[in-house]
This record gives sequence, C-alpha cells and structure tokens, in this order.
Amino acid sequence: MSKIVKLKKGFDINLAGKAKQKLANFAPAQTFAIKPTDFIGLQRPKVLVNEGDTVKAGTPILIDKALDQVVYAAPVSGEIVAVLRGEKRKLLEIRILADQSISYENQEKTDLNSLDRDALAAKLAASGVWPNIIQRPFGIVANPADTPKAIFISAFDSHPLAPDYGFALQGEEKYFQAGLDALAKLTSGKVHLNVDGSKSVPAIFSGAKGVEINQFSGPHPAGNVGVQIHHLDPINKGEIAWTVSPNGVVQIGKFILEGIYDASKVIAVTGSEVTNAAYVKTISGANVSTFVKGNLNSGHVRVISGNVLTGEKIALDGFLGFYHNQITVIPEGDYYEFLGWAKPTAKKLSYHRALGLLSFLNPKKEYVLDSNCRGEERAFVQTGVFESVTPMDILPVYLLKAIMAEDFDEMEELGIYEIVEEDLALCEFVDVSKHPVQELVRKGIELIQYS
Amino acid sequence: MKFLRDLMDKQRPLFEKGGKLESLYYAFEAGETFLFSPNHTTGIKGAQVKDAIDLKRMMITVVVAMIPALLFGIYNTGHQHMLATGETAELWADFGDKLLVGLKLVLPIIIVAYAAGGLVEAVFAVVRKHPINEGFLVTGMLIPLVIPATTPLWQVALATVFAVVIAKEVFGGTGMNILNVAMTARAFLYFAYPAQISGDQVWTYLGDKMSVDGFSGATALSVAYNAGVDGVPVTEALASHNTALGTDMFSFANMFMGWIPGSIGETSTLMALIGALILIATGVASWKIIVSGFAGAYIMGVVMNLFAVNEYMAMPPQYHWVMGGLAFGIVFMATDPVSAAQTEVGKWIYGLLIGFLTVIIRVTNPAYPEGIMLAVLFMNVFAPLIDYYVVKANKTRRLQRATV
Repeated sequence: MSKIVKLKKGFDINLAGKAKQKLANFAPAQTFAIKPTDFIGLQRPKVLVNEGDTVKAGTPILIDKALDQVVYAAPVSGEIVAVLRGEKRKLLEIRILADQSISYENQEKTDLNSLDRDALAAKLAASGVWPNIIQRPFGIVANPADTPKAIFISAFDSHPLAPDYGFALQGEEKYFQAGLDALAKLTSGKVHLNVDGSKSVPAIFSGAKGVEINQFSGPHPAGNVGVQIHHLDPINKGEIAWTVSPNGVVQIGKFILEGIYDASKVIAVTGSEVTNAAYVKTISGANVSTFVKGNLNSGHVRVISGNVLTGEKIALDGFLGFYHNQITVIPEGDYYEFLGWAKPTAKKLSYHRALGLLSFLNPKKEYVLDSNCRGEERAFVQTGVFESVTPMDILPVYLLKAIMAEDFDEMEELGIYEIVEEDLALCEFVDVSKHPVQELVRKGIELIQYS
Repeated sequence: MKFLRDLMDKQRPLFEKGGKLESLYYAFEAGETFLFSPNHTTGIKGAQVKDAIDLKRMMITVVVAMIPALLFGIYNTGHQHMLATGETAELWADFGDKLLVGLKLVLPIIIVAYAAGGLVEAVFAVVRKHPINEGFLVTGMLIPLVIPATTPLWQVALATVFAVVIAKEVFGGTGMNILNVAMTARAFLYFAYPAQISGDQVWTYLGDKMSVDGFSGATALSVAYNAGVDGVPVTEALASHNTALGTDMFSFANMFMGWIPGSIGETSTLMALIGALILIATGVASWKIIVSGFAGAYIMGVVMNLFAVNEYMAMPPQYHWVMGGLAFGIVFMATDPVSAAQTEVGKWIYGLLIGFLTVIIRVTNPAYPEGIMLAVLFMNVFAPLIDYYVVKANKTRRLQRATV
C-alpha cells in the first residue's frame, strides 16, 4: 500500500539564489575528478591507473580492497593528469583531463529477463554505476552480496536551494524506468518511490511502474530518504535497506539500456553570490570553475559542492562531489561583528523566536546567509529544539550524548541505525550550543560499524 | 567600532599561546566575544551556515523577561517601607522616594551577586581552561529577586559563591548542573541563616524607623497557615490583615498585583506572567512546564479542598497562585532548561509535580511556609528519573517494532 505522510516538524531555510528553470550555457568543464573521500566507508582505496594513462568513460580507476567487486569508474574519457595524495599518502583525488568528445567503454546491453539477481548485481557492480546505491544503516556504498529488505528513492530534494528533479530529469523517463526495473530485481521487498505530496508530481515519477509511490509533505527534512524510511519501513538492528537518488536510478537505467556508464547529470548552480543562478548539464566530478568564475556578485565567497546543510566547502576551482547535484555559493563569514549577539536585526535568519520573533510577518523573505558560526560551542543547554526539527520518533540529544559517551548499547537502543548525517543536519543548523552534530553522527556510526 | 577591534587585535597576542598572559586567555576571550561576535566560520564538511542564535542571546532574553519583576520589586520595596512606617498608604504617592528607597536596597544586592558570582566564574574558567559560561547572566539576576531586600550583603555574596561552586562548577559548569543555581543559593541562605530569610520581620525594610501600630510584617502564606491553625477561614484572616494601615493588603487582586511583603521580585503574579509571556513568545522557556506547573498547584488545591480538615486546606485553590513565590518560581526557576526535565513528555510531568509539591509543602508542613523552593529543588533531582522513563519508552517502541 502506498502511503501519504504529512510531516509537521522541520524547518525550511529560505535562501536567496534559487536556480531559474533554464539551462545556462556555461563553458563545459575541462577536468574531472573522482574523490575517494566522497565515498564514506571506502576503507582501503587502490588506484588502478597511473598518471598519463588514457581512460574511457566507464574504465575502472579505483577499487576498495575491502569490497573489491565494486568498481569506481572514470566519469569521462581522457588522460589521467594527477593522482593526488595527502598526509600518510591518503588518496585525495584522481584528476582526468577530458577529451573533446567522450568515448565510452561499451558493454553489452542488459536484458533484465534473462539475468538472475546475482548476475545483475555483479554486472552493475563492475560497471561504475554501483556506488549510486547506498546501504542503510551507515550510509555507505552497498555490498552487491547483500539482499536489501527494500529500496527507497526520494524523488524530491527538500534541502535549501535544491534542484528540482522534475526539471533536471526531463527526457530521462525511459532510463529512469529501466533503472527502477533493475532495482526491483535486486531486492526481496519493494522499491519505494517517495514523491513530494505538496506539489504536482512530475510525469517521470507519477508514470513510474512496478514501484510503491508514497507521498511526503512538510518542511525539510521531508525529502530526506532517512526520514521517509522511518515512516515507511524503519530499519531495525540487523536489517539492510538500500537508497538511490533519482540521478543514480537514471545512470543505472542508461547502463541497462545502452551498455555505457554515462555519468552526466543536470545540476543547479545556486546561491546568493552567483549572478546567473540556473541549471547546467555536466558530468559527475566536474571542475566547477567554469560555472562559477565570471558568475559572481562579490569576491569573498565560499563555494559549496552540495547544499548549505550537508555540503562540502570546495575551492573556486574545486570539483563537484559524486553525490552532489548542486553547487551553492554563499558569502564567506570570517568577520567580527560588534555586539553581534545582542543587536536586534531582521537580516539574520533564525529558527528560534528569541531572534526571529517577528519573522512570521514576512514568511516568504529570502535570506542571504554566510558561513559565520554565529557564536561559540557550549554545553547543551536549551532542550526540545532538536526534537522539533526531527520528524522521527528519535531523541536526538540523547542519541548524541550516547555517541559522545561512546555508549554502544545506548546508541543502538536510541536508533543510530536509522540515521545518517543529513537526517540530523537541521539540528546542527538550529543548535544554540553549536555542536558539530553531523560529525558526531558519523563518529557514532563508525563506532557501531567497526565494533 | 574600528578602534575597539584594533585594540582587541593588538592585545590578542598577549593572551594567545606563548604570550605573557596566556593563562588569562579565557578571561580575554570572554570580553572579546562579548564585544564582538567571533569570526569563526563553519567547517569544510557539515552545515555550512548556522542559525543566528547563540547562548548569549538566549540568556539575555531571560534577563529581559525578568526586568518587569525587577522594576516592580524595586518600587514595591519602597512602597512596603512607606506603608509599614506609616508615611503613606497611597500606592502612587511619594513615587520618587519609594523608588529611591528601593534602589538603595536592591541595587547593591544585584551588584554584589553579579560581582561575587562573576568572579567565581572567571576564576574557574581561567583555572579549568574553558570559556566563561553565559548561564551566570541569568543566575546573577535571579538570586537577588528571590531573597528579601533586607538580606545582609555578605550573605548575598556567600550564598552566590556557594551556589555557583557547589551547584554548578563542581559538575562542570553551565549545562552540566543538576540543581537550579539560584534556588540553591536561596536554599543555602534558608538553612544557614534562617533568621534573615524567614519569620515576620525580614520582608519589610524599616530602616531606623519604627513601624506603625497594628502593622504586621507577616507574609500571606504565614497568615494563611496561622488561620488554618486557629480555625479561622483563610479568606477572612487575609482580609482582616493589616487593616490598621488603611489597605486591604491581602485581597486577591492586591496579591495578584503584588503590593505585598515578600522577596524582592517574587511578590507580583502579574509581573511573573508578563515574564512568562516574553519567555513563551520567544520560545526560550517551555510553555509546557509553565502551564502544567500552574495546573498542578490548582489541582492539588482542589484536592486539598476535598479533604479539608482545617481552614487552610479549605482555602480557594486560586489563592495559591497569587500567594508567595509560586508564579515567579514556576516561570523563572522551574523552566531552567538544564535542571528541568528535558523530554517533552517529561516536561508535563515535571511541571505538574512541582505544582503538586508546592501546595502540599505549603499546607501540610509547619516548618516551611513557602513550598516552591523545595519543590523545584526536589524535582530538579527527580527530573533525570522522569526523563529516564520517557527515554526508555522510546527505546521500547523501537524494540517492539523490531520483534514484530
């Protein structure tokens, strides 16, 4: 049975700089990168190529020795120009200088009817599309040998300034359906496609077949797949579910129908500091400099791969993260402010009425937020706030305290299996005491995962 | 403000690692962050923007909410003085003089409380190398409001130091404490120096003047208790109290307004409610605790009525709301987020029990005419237990889901 879930708890951060629904013709990116740090849980990366090698789109360039069936492939064809390593030879980036026109590693097209589940999983794992499949609990790249109890796809992104999939995935209907068909074969249970119940659903999702279509509405984090799982079929200890983003489903579908690893996607270039906020068609791992340079309102900015809640700060010529479908440019906030904590103001955004008491008078106002921390870290004082932005039957403060105390039983009992960083990202935003909530969540997950 | 910023930047190296005054870094840091919000930016991963709120803003909101009670308390201190010494029974006569008398008594207490507590905070911060906590902004104002204006200043200082050290710093500072700090200060005074904080003589400042004939400095609570002992209906006893002064001091309306003897800030139910409005509107205090606290007191008042074996138990329950420090205690003390219950269900139970206990202590215990202080402290200790069961219920729901 498909479900209709209306969520009340949460908070929409209304930022300035939404992308207009048009494709901008920025100059295409020249270099692309695979960042092993994007893949959480990638334990022992091994690079399969050397600097100077030429690769095609879909050529394996990286594996995890702990999960060596899964291949991380080159998103474009071209030359490996750099293999960057950091301290203790930690692998940071593999950079590829792209060819003018991309050539693909051609594999045979897949007939879903003639292939059994394990053969399909093995084929997908070797293709380069597999890292799109994420395992819950822990939020790590799925293991092809597991059979998940269900697969969940959130068909909308409720993060601030997030791209509209209805626009970004136009014309991909055929591939999306093929991806869904493939996923349905991989699970013993259902494939859940969760759409935004507050808007009209794009045809690509409403026309999807062979899946449960559930409706979610409410403020962010209604679009977070973790929240949706909690309301549909919560994960208990010992259970495994998989999640895939709509872009990932399309990539899987393209591999099924065309036999190629096509990592192209339409991303949103957003934020208060870009002059032309719009969508652009590019490829996973693209260098963002051509989208950003010459497109800025001001000089002192922070470029974020992803959104402002869960994204990652990158350089002006940094690379788009594997799982990110947008870049956000906001002002850098490294300034002092005289009596900044005491002044009454209407410019700052706050979830708390102690600062935003009259903000209800102007609910549509778009705010420009910068990267200033707005205060220092303190012990937990205010209570009830985290609960009010977490639409799950979870007590975030108690869970975080259990993580701080490294109390394994407590973490399990309080629901660590049900969350990843993004599910409590709003807590980090609204926290009066400025705790690094997402970092704590990952620490807790790693404690449990490797115990 | 450029010159201030420049000044700070110039002094900064002195306090940073390797500087001459390195050990005083956190004292410098407290001053600097008070003047300027720091220039820290968010990390590489995780939330890239943060809510504009911080603990300083949150705490100052509570102080703002206490200002009506404080101003009222200052004026009322002067008013009670004039009333007792027979100078005037008119509420608004001699406005300036009353204000002066009040200021002369109350301001030193506030200054001493902030100075003593602030010093302890600073010493602990420097020695234990942690930032100075904003919690004391509130505590330093709360302590003066819950003691009589006649309290000797050395007692104020001693109680503040005791409370900050024993109730807070030994546990690790703001956020870690179990008991409400201001209530601990009052309890310390109550048990260490009962002569200056209980009885009929301490609530009204007389100075070197004599009280007029027929004046009694008793509080409404002790009048009500004695009425219960003597078998006189409480409302009659209250109405006939201090009639010699030409005022119906303990009428319901007058007690609600707060023109009665008592601790500096606690007498006015109206001012406490204004504070409650500010706290609830800004979302700083939990409305659940406030509502359930008042409801608890009323319910227990009704229960007392049902089993009334003396006149005090038969008193109309709404009188409990306006007598003594119940309103102030529930609004400002019980809602302290650190020492209160922290789960949403727990808050209802916690508030309700504070109301219950306050009335039980008031009516049945001859030694403590006011119950709110002990009720809040008692429930502070119990709050973790309430939370324990609420959290356990959450765990059980998760566990049951798994086995189904």
